[in-house]
Amino acid sequence: MPATPSRRLPRVLDERFDEILAAWTKEQTNGAKPGTASEGDIRARCSELLSAMRKALASSGADDVQGPAWAPVRDVLQRVSFIRAQQGFTPSETATFVLSLKRPLFEALRASAGNDAEALATDVWGATEVLDRLALFTAEVYMKTREELIARQSQDMLELSTPVVKLWEGVLALPMIGTLDSSRTQVVMESLLQRIVETGADVAILDITGVPTVDTLTAQHLIKTVTAARLMGAECIISGIRPQIAQTIVHLGVDLGDIVTKATLADAFKLALSRTGTTLVRSRNGANPTGSLTTTPR
Amino acid sequence: MERIPILRMGQFLLVTIQVDMHDRLALTLQEDLTSRITEHGSRGVLIDISSLEIVDSFIGRMLANIASIARVLDADTVVVGMQPAVAITLVELGLSLPGVRTALNVEKGVALLNAAVASSGAMLEVDDADGED
Amino acid sequence: MLTARTERIAVRGPHDIVNVRQVVRGWCLAVGMGLVDLTKMVTAASEIARNTLEYGGGGALTIEELRDGVRQGVRLIFEDQGPGIPDIDRAMTDGYTSGTGMGLGLGGTKRLVDQFDIASTPGQGTRVAITKWKAR
Ligand SMILES: Nc1ncnc2c1ncn2[C@@H]1O[C@H](COP(=O)(O)OP(=O)(O)OP(=O)(O)O)[C@@H](O)[C@H]1O
Ligand SMILES: [Mg+2]
Repeated sequence: MPATPSRRLPRVLDERFDEILAAWTKEQTNGAKPGTASEGDIRARCSELLSAMRKALASSGADDVQGPAWAPVRDVLQRVSFIRAQQGFTPSETATFVLSLKRPLFEALRASAGNDAEALATDVWGATEVLDRLALFTAEVYMKTREELIARQSQDMLELSTPVVKLWEGVLALPMIGTLDSSRTQVVMESLLQRIVETGADVAILDITGVPTVDTLTAQHLIKTVTAARLMGAECIISGIRPQIAQTIVHLGVDLGDIVTKATLADAFKLALSRTGTTLVRSRNGANPTGSLTTTPR
Repeated sequence: MERIPILRMGQFLLVTIQVDMHDRLALTLQEDLTSRITEHGSRGVLIDISSLEIVDSFIGRMLANIASIARVLDADTVVVGMQPAVAITLVELGLSLPGVRTALNVEKGVALLNAAVASSGAMLEVDDADGED
Repeated sequence: MLTARTERIAVRGPHDIVNVRQVVRGWCLAVGMGLVDLTKMVTAASEIARNTLEYGGGGALTIEELRDGVRQGVRLIFEDQGPGIPDIDRAMTDGYTSGTGMGLGLGGTKRLVDQFDIASTPGQGTRVAITKWKAR
């Protein structure tokens, strides 16, 4: 590797700061996505990064962009890629923020190197290394932000797709619809247990009428949830087990143990009400022929 | 010596575990509870673990032991307030505490103990004024 | 895969088990692990720390923060110079204990973590390494 240009690079940045900043800002605004950032914003951010780089180079050199001296530089890049990830930039558009500094910087280096070709080669090599490392860092932050964004969105979707509803004082129901894979089951189960704590519900009904099939792992998740709820002090009733699922469960050798099951959500609800000290009575005055619910004190 | 305090509530004993117990402390609690049950002729034990961030197999075994010892001394045990993450972890660990009764909170735990005592024929009063009924 | 930081703590007495739980909790929080995963990892640490103390006669725990691309996790390595485990398969079986335990520590821990490695040489000691990744 050629000698490190650590002394010349910061000096050039120092002496030609405004020139580099102007050229770089121009590169940025030329290729900017319409409507994402004003020229003033771009200029401010470029200037912030350049100053941070100048300080870092002067104090610790170019080798250690992961080190503490470079923290302010990484900070700026982190913010830039965070914003770009949220605005829907692509990874290469995001890395371009750093890479577009190459041309203005090389031009400044060439202007200051004069006739010393060897020095210029060394400088360009050194500057390339620093900028490439910074670009890589920017891309990594970008990816991480995107992934977190997507993970959060899919988590939100999972929770929305299976809401825990309060059927009655002390009774929760979780109507599940669609295929249950094990990660969905896990998310849903955790939110059910959390809701049990929040609402102080004594009974939770897991209704799987809308679930076509379950695999072993999912069946085991269901059973673990029932057991966990029991440890917390709440009872779970599983309702709506289709004949096919019943067969699967038996066939897989999954032991439902002493888990309470009911054919329909309505049956489960009746049982839940009796467990919480509520009785279902048919109204006798004819005004309400379908029956009404009466709570009786325990 | 460091000890977990045991509170007397009428015919019941209440223990609120608020510290991350080392093993010796857990064993001392088990011994203390046993002697307090006999001393007061207590009919029930409430163990509030809502502040516990984890229950490992050692604490799990302690809870199960307390329940069986209390059973022999004619007292019921209710473990109260286990956090969802703790419950999920215990189940995964393979510990489902089959002999231990549970309740969501102390109030519900007291109701459970009252019902158990009532069904065994004895009468009692608990100075619990915040129930609505 | 990259080891971002590491720390070594002693497992010599009953108070060290409490310390292990608290230190491991801090590391899991630092990588942003969710509550359920964190609880599983701290519980696993407690189980293995107790084995190290009870059967291994004490030893040490090395904690590592792992980075694999954008994935982050925590690895715990427990080592002792105790008698070792003559039959690992049997020790891993739920319900097997040579002491007064329930024999759930090893088997249960394996279910709580993402990766579980155990190596033991009779007469020389035991090494258990467990890893948990932050769920994404
Ligand atoms: N570090 C170790 N050194 C020597 N033997 C060990 C070690 N760890 C575990 N063992 C052996 O493996 C057996 C099983 O360990 P495991 O943790 O599964 O159960 P346990 O400790 O006996 O009971 P529990 O963990 O449920 O309280 C132990 O009884 C012991 O014989
Ligand atoms: Mg053990």
